[in-house]
Amino acid sequence: MTDISNQAYVRTEMLGEQPAPIANVGIIGWMRQNLFSSPMSAVLTILGGIAIYFVLAALLPWTFGGIWNATSLAECRLIVAESLGEGETAHRACWGVIHERFWHLMYGFYPSDSYWRPNLALVLLFVAIAPVLFNGLPKAMFIISFAALFICPWLLWGGPVWTPIVAALGFVIGYLVVKFVSPLLGSLTGLIIGVLAALVWWLFFAGMVSQGITHMIASSRMDGEAVRLEKAIPEQKAKVAELSAIVEPLEAQLADIQAKIDAVVAAGVSAENPVSDLVRQKTPVKMALNAAVAARNKADIISKNMVKRQKSIGSLSFMEGKLAELTQQAKEARAALPATVADFDSLNEVTEELRKTIPAEDIDLLAAALKVNEQKTNLDITITRLYEEVGLFGLKPVPSRNFGGFMLAILLGITGIVLSFPMGIILALGRLSNLMIVKSMCVGFIEFIRGVPLITLLFVASALLNYFLPKGTQFDIILRVMIMITIFSAAYMAEVIRGGLAALPKGQYEAADALGLDYWQAQRLIIMPQALKISIPGIVSTFIGLFKDTTLVSIIALSDPIGWVKLIQSKTEWNGIIWELYGFVALVFFLFCFGMSRYSMYLERKLQTGH
Amino acid sequence: MSESATQSKMSVSDEVAIDIINMNKWYGAFHVLKDINMTVNRGERIVVCGPSGSGKSTLIRCINRLEEHQKGTIIVDGTELSSDLKNIDKIRSEVGMCFQHFNLFPHLSVLDNLTLAPIWVRKTPKKEAEETAMHFLEKVKIPEQADKYPGQLSGGQQQRVAIARSLCMKPRIMLFDEPTSALDPEMIAEVLDTMIELAEEGMTMICVTHEMGFARKVANRVIFMDQGQIVEQNEPEQFFNNPQSERTQLFLSQILGH
Repeated sequence: MTDISNQAYVRTEMLGEQPAPIANVGIIGWMRQNLFSSPMSAVLTILGGIAIYFVLAALLPWTFGGIWNATSLAECRLIVAESLGEGETAHRACWGVIHERFWHLMYGFYPSDSYWRPNLALVLLFVAIAPVLFNGLPKAMFIISFAALFICPWLLWGGPVWTPIVAALGFVIGYLVVKFVSPLLGSLTGLIIGVLAALVWWLFFAGMVSQGITHMIASSRMDGEAVRLEKAIPEQKAKVAELSAIVEPLEAQLADIQAKIDAVVAAGVSAENPVSDLVRQKTPVKMALNAAVAARNKADIISKNMVKRQKSIGSLSFMEGKLAELTQQAKEARAALPATVADFDSLNEVTEELRKTIPAEDIDLLAAALKVNEQKTNLDITITRLYEEVGLFGLKPVPSRNFGGFMLAILLGITGIVLSFPMGIILALGRLSNLMIVKSMCVGFIEFIRGVPLITLLFVASALLNYFLPKGTQFDIILRVMIMITIFSAAYMAEVIRGGLAALPKGQYEAADALGLDYWQAQRLIIMPQALKISIPGIVSTFIGLFKDTTLVSIIALSDPIGWVKLIQSKTEWNGIIWELYGFVALVFFLFCFGMSRYSMYLERKLQTGH
Repeated sequence: MSESATQSKMSVSDEVAIDIINMNKWYGAFHVLKDINMTVNRGERIVVCGPSGSGKSTLIRCINRLEEHQKGTIIVDGTELSSDLKNIDKIRSEVGMCFQHFNLFPHLSVLDNLTLAPIWVRKTPKKEAEETAMHFLEKVKIPEQADKYPGQLSGGQQQRVAIARSLCMKPRIMLFDEPTSALDPEMIAEVLDTMIELAEEGMTMICVTHEMGFARKVANRVIFMDQGQIVEQNEPEQFFNNPQSERTQLFLSQILGH
């Protein structure tokens, strides 16, 4: 016995470990602890189990018993009614809509033969951010990250290969200027001059160089192109005919099946008189027909463009002569304008008020001068386009309005994430800065942007922004939306990061100072790694929020997944379909967001260094 | 080792390391440091003590400009502290500092904590910085902890890492701001041993501490501060055995009374 209550005692040997009681370990122990720890929890466990059963009992057959082969909601309902009865049509999903519209939901109107471009851009992007996401990768991979910055947009929008090269050159120029000027004039002056040099390059020379190269290539190719078209046009026309020949039998076949279906439906669908096999036959035919029609239309457009280009090349020297003539005329007409109207660039500028004071014949002169100028401009555009088309060395351009579906959502989400993160860091540091002006600018920006709904910013992007830009500036809608989404989430990001900064003990700043690190070194090496680590959950929440908020662009008529859902619902075949489309969109969004959330948990575990 | 033996090993040169002349500091309207005059010679070891709120930490934090003084002059190693950032960075890289709460960088391994400043401030090649770091880790007797993170070490080990981190910058002056106040009694000894060793090598040191045994053993001078002023300074022997000011007597009776 070891009763040591009232006597001196010295332990001579230490006790070993004993196994835990059965009820504490294993599956029984787990269930006792987690499911049935008290009568109340046992009741809740059972009620919860029943609730889950009912939800799954309704959801699972709906999801997994859904109809994949159908080309309209009505057909889906016919098939379900055949097996389950007339009143049960809502008990099975109609996945036919996803089957038929999958590529639209994914890529919008992006040309289907170019799907590899966004795919490649996405892969490239993951390679590019891999050194940021996972450590232990070689530093040289940052070169890929830098290149991806230019290659990805080029892959998406296409155009001559010179565009990304010339854009990247701006950074190289900026870097070289900084490198050579800094030792002479100090690092800050060097940085400013470097940035200015890069801006001057981008604004004034980059476009010129890129166009110049294209023009040169076009000039050398022009004759060859004429010869090529001579041969290619008949071939293309033959191809169109060939594709039309595929379309016609498919149309006939479809009409045939449709007639059979109609007959069955008219007679009344039942188990003895089944329609599902017919619908299943119809689906591939309909989809093949859709594909064939699309291919034929595309070939047709190409053929028409070829004919147009052939004509343009034929009359190129005439057009160029005419352009010189018109340019001269426009200049003369402008110079000859009387002083009363010499300052106007458009008839709209001459208001009713002004018309009372300016003589009518002066206005007529202005109108004539403007008309010549317009002719000149149009001809100039035609010629420039011809050169761009013939001299294209790169990828076929895809206009922004063809971007859509998840490709658009991911594009907006990723650029928003990649850009808002550094911007948020800078805003957070600015907000904590001792410099009064910097601080108030950052506070003002953050508070304004956070105080405004994203949707208003998007409307500004879509409608208002053009008023503030110089006349004639072509500013891509997707680019505008990207900027708005970026600044919106940067404001939130700044506050999340500021929270992380506030949570750092003051001693960390002092230790960094005491070691002689300067402000930026201390921020980069000591403060930010810790502040960002603390803020990971908040940062990832902001990212996830941003990604989901990209669906708001459907309101300004960009066709993101939600835009496409609405578009599909407005078609006769799919009118009235709701759950399947929104469910699919939700599922894809969930997969992305869940992935991000998992990654953030991995990151938190990886960065865990304390005990 | 007897006290006199320890003392005799440590020589003090006539060269001035730190000169503080009529220094005043205010926190807002509150006058924390009043007319501080103090000269520290190279190789000298000074212990600063006093009740809490007496301004002793603030005083040594002024020496490497963690706090800004408003009046008077501080000259460290021949460079005057002013708002010129270049001077501040220069002085900070010459003056090492250890804090009460160690302030190691928790996201970096011990070795990275030690090599960070040499690599980024002194531009030492990484390999060389790591060799120096290992040398000083051996000196503070924990080379086996090089790859651990600060959070995995005991308080005493962390403080020794912090000392080694300062030493890696090859400082000419070391400041200690209550280095043992946050430690368990068992760990105080290991940190003090390290500091004594450092003192024996002739490092110029200013320590804010209440470890009177340490003060007796290594200090050339003990400074007693109260209400932002230097009340008394003397050699340790005289200071402890024969304090002059009433305030000092009271303070000593309180901390030595138990």
